[in-house]
Amino acid sequence: MPPVQVKGEVVSNKMLGAYHHMTVAAPGIAEQVRPGNFVAVGIGGAESSMLLRRAFSIYTASDRGVYGGTVEFVFAVHGKGTEWLARQRAGDPLDVVGPLGRPFRLPKEPLTATLVGGGYGTAPLFSLAEALRGKGCRVDFVLGAATTDRLFGLLEAKRISSSVAVTTDDGSTGERGRVSDVLPSVIERTRSDIVYACGPMGMLRAVADIAAAHGMPSQVAVEESMACGIGVCMTCVLPVRGEDGVTRMARSCVEGPVFMGDALRWEALGTVPADCLGAPVEVH
Amino acid sequence: MSETVTTLRVPRQDPAPLGIDLSTRLAGVYFPNPVFTASGCAAAGQELGQFFDVAKLGAMVTKSIMLEPRSGRATPRMAETPSGMLNSIGLQGPGIEVFLQRDLPWLAERGARTVVSIAGSSVEEYVKLAQRLRGKPGLTMLEVNISCPNVEDRGKVFACDARAASDVIDAVRRVSSVPVFAKLSPDVTDIVAIARSVVDAGASGLSMVNTLLGMAIDTKTMRPVLAGVTGGLSGPAIRPVAVRCVWQVHQAMPEVPILGMGGIRCGNDALEFLLAGASAVSVGTAVFGDPMAPMRIIDELRAALAERGITDLADVVGRAHRPPEPYVPEGPDPEVADQ
Repeated sequence: MPPVQVKGEVVSNKMLGAYHHMTVAAPGIAEQVRPGNFVAVGIGGAESSMLLRRAFSIYTASDRGVYGGTVEFVFAVHGKGTEWLARQRAGDPLDVVGPLGRPFRLPKEPLTATLVGGGYGTAPLFSLAEALRGKGCRVDFVLGAATTDRLFGLLEAKRISSSVAVTTDDGSTGERGRVSDVLPSVIERTRSDIVYACGPMGMLRAVADIAAAHGMPSQVAVEESMACGIGVCMTCVLPVRGEDGVTRMARSCVEGPVFMGDALRWEALGTVPADCLGAPVEVH
Repeated sequence: MSETVTTLRVPRQDPAPLGIDLSTRLAGVYFPNPVFTASGCAAAGQELGQFFDVAKLGAMVTKSIMLEPRSGRATPRMAETPSGMLNSIGLQGPGIEVFLQRDLPWLAERGARTVVSIAGSSVEEYVKLAQRLRGKPGLTMLEVNISCPNVEDRGKVFACDARAASDVIDAVRRVSSVPVFAKLSPDVTDIVAIARSVVDAGASGLSMVNTLLGMAIDTKTMRPVLAGVTGGLSGPAIRPVAVRCVWQVHQAMPEVPILGMGGIRCGNDALEFLLAGASAVSVGTAVFGDPMAPMRIIDELRAALAERGITDLADVVGRAHRPPEPYVPEGPDPEVADQ
C-alpha cells in the first residue's frame, strides 16, 4: 500500500523522561504500519516558515480504538520544529504522511534476535520485538543512553523479551558505558543469530561491526535528517553498497531507513566514496 | 416509459470544471492547466505518483538529467532557512540511459505531459542529451538547466554569462524535436539581458527562476552547514525576487512564454506569477512539505479566478502590467443618483 497524507489530530502529548511521546489519530496510516516504518510530520501549519517535514520512527500503531487508527512516536526537542511539536496538545491538527520507508525484514525461521536501541531510537524496536515473537523468535534487548532519563522503554522491554542489558554513559542505570561494551557478551550468551538496531550513527556502526565480527547479519535503522521523507528531495542519502557490489548514494527515506549493516559504507559516511557510481572524477 | 428526455450531462473534466478554463499554451503546446512540478523537486514522478495522478499536472518537470550517472555531493545537503531551504544536491541522477529506459516510459504510460530538464558541463553534453531525447514518447518540452548553482566549477554557471547561455540554447534547439525553454538564474545583474540573449539564440521560452546562491553557518560548530558550503536557496523566501524577474522579462519581451517558479505555495502565489507575466508555473519546494501541493494549488487557483469573476486563465497572464483601471468612486451609480 502506498503512503498517504492525512489531516491527523493529536490525541496526547506526554513527557516521558527527557522525551515527548505523541499519539496522533491518523486513520489510513495506522492500518498499514510495519515495524521500522516512519511518519513525516508537517510543522507549524499552512503558513509556517518551517517548510520541511520532520521524520519520526513509529513507536507503535493501533488500527482500533475510540480515535480510529492512531500512530505513536517519540521525539526529543532539537530545534524550532520539535519545539513547536512539543507544544501541540490534544485536539490540535497535525499533517502526517506515512507509513514511509522500508521496514525491518523478519526472518522466516524462529531465530534468536538481539535488539539494540540507543536513546529514543529504541522506539521502533518494540513493535519489531512483537513481530519477531509472533514468528517464534527469542528476543533479547540491549538498551543504552547517556543518562537514565534518556533511556526509553526499559519496563516494556523487560515485559516482552527474554533479557534486557542496560548501559548509561554516567552509570546511573545498568552498566556504565556504551551498548557496544555489553553487546558481544549478550550475543555470545544468547547465541544470537541476528542483530537489529536503531539509534545514533556512531552506535549503529559499532553494532554492525560487532555483528560482522560474530559472523552475523545486522539490520540498522538510520536517523538521517530529511526534507520530504518521500524520496523526492535527495537530501538524506548515504553511501550504500548494493547487491551488485556497486556503491550508490541511497536515499534513507525510501531505500532505508533500515539497511543491512554490511551494506552501509560506514567509513565513508558524510563523503562520496571515490568508487561510488557517478562519483566526481578527481582532477590532478 | 420511453426515453424522451435526454439529460445533458457535462462530464466532470479535471482540471477545468465550474466553467473556468485553466488551460494554457507555452510555445504553441497545450497544457490543460498551468501547474507544473519544478525540476529537482519531484524526481521523475514515481514518488509523487503515490499521492496523485501525475497526468493531472499541467506537466511533470523532471529532475535535471545528465549523460552519465552522477552521485551528487556529500551530506549534509540541506539546511532549512526562514521560509526556505538551502540545497546542495549536486545533480544526483541515474544518467540519460536509465532515464530513457525507466523514467520517461513510466510517465508516458500514465499520460503525463513531461518537460525533461537536461544539464551538462559543456555545449556538447547538452546537445547529446537533446539528441537522445529526440522524438521519445511522453516528451513535451525540454527545459535546459543552464543555471544550477551546485556544479563543481561555480564560475561556469552558463546562465550567468549571456554568450555561454546562448551558445548552449542555440546548439540544443537545433537538434531538439520539441520546444526548448532556458532555465535562468536570478543571480545576475541584468536578467533581461540574459533572457534576450537566449531568446535571440532560439529559446522557445524561459523558465524563471532557479535557486539563489546562499549559505548558512552553524553557530554551534562554527562551520558551514552544507558539505558543499554554498547551496541553492528556494521556497517562499525567494518569491519576491522571482516575481520581479518574471515581471521585468515579460515587460521587455511580452511575446516570450514564461514558466514561472520560486516559492509558490498556494493558489494566490501561482496567480501572482501569472499576473507578472508567466503563462504557467512550477511548484517546487512546497512539495517537500506537502506532496499534494500541486493538486491543491490547481484547486486554489481555480477558486481564486472564480472569486474574481475570471473564466479564462489567459485573461490574467501579464495583467499586472496593464495600466490601473480608471478610478470609479464607490456608491450609487451616478446616473441613477442624478435622477
